[in-house]
Amino acid sequence: MADTIKQRPVYRNIHISQIVSYRLPPSGIVSILHRVSGAMIFFLLPFIIWMFDTSVSSEISYERFTSAFTAGAGIFPGWFIKLVVLALIWGYLHHFCAGVRHLWMDATHNTTKAFGRSSALTVLVVAVVLTLLLGAKLFGLY
Amino acid sequence: MNQNYGSKRLVVGAHYGLRDWLSQRVTAALMALFTIALLVQVLMPGELGYDRWAGIFSSQWMKVLTFVTIISLAWHAWVGVRDIWMDYVKPVGTRLVLQVFTIAWLVGCAGWAVQVLWRL
Repeated sequence: MADTIKQRPVYRNIHISQIVSYRLPPSGIVSILHRVSGAMIFFLLPFIIWMFDTSVSSEISYERFTSAFTAGAGIFPGWFIKLVVLALIWGYLHHFCAGVRHLWMDATHNTTKAFGRSSALTVLVVAVVLTLLLGAKLFGLY
Repeated sequence: MNQNYGSKRLVVGAHYGLRDWLSQRVTAALMALFTIALLVQVLMPGELGYDRWAGIFSSQWMKVLTFVTIISLAWHAWVGVRDIWMDYVKPVGTRLVLQVFTIAWLVGCAGWAVQVLWRL
């Protein structure tokens, strides 16, 4: 009796040291990035509300908002603020697209392996392409 | 048989995660609606300066939708961030501290955002 208990296989989550060598399918990458982007937005909420506050409160604060992207704000230089906003743009787009994928699967019950893979790749590509387009605008390329 | 409380309470089975699952999806749909409403107004032709940008948020229906979005975001993030703590943080004390921090963080942020919105 005691022997059978000892021989039971033990399943654990992967260890943090295995993360890099652990190969995830596209849907797994979308899933972990959904979590990462959500956590990023959560921690940057005060910055997002600061942008909302300065951009809508008055014309003077609006000037402060726009100049933050060139002259910087507080101890943060303009390029750094642009990079943070770029990260937020990607985070929002990825979280949005991955969320729509969830809702689509909930609504249609389309949970085949093939659709899981193709929709995951679509989410990854759409989020990155739109980020590049908006990022080019943010950094004044057009 | 039908007693579902005390020591005979059914602690596994359907419906226990349904409320969180459903609220996360409903709040997500509301935030998506806000995103589309904001995008449509931003992409309207014309110079996007302070007047037009602030004007978007000062109409009453947009204020209501933005308020709904702020509350939705706090609720949505509470479910999501709590899931993260429950997955990765096992010690009960640390988890409680992080969950209290999450609530304080979200309530504080929501209050600030509502204050900005209601000044317009």
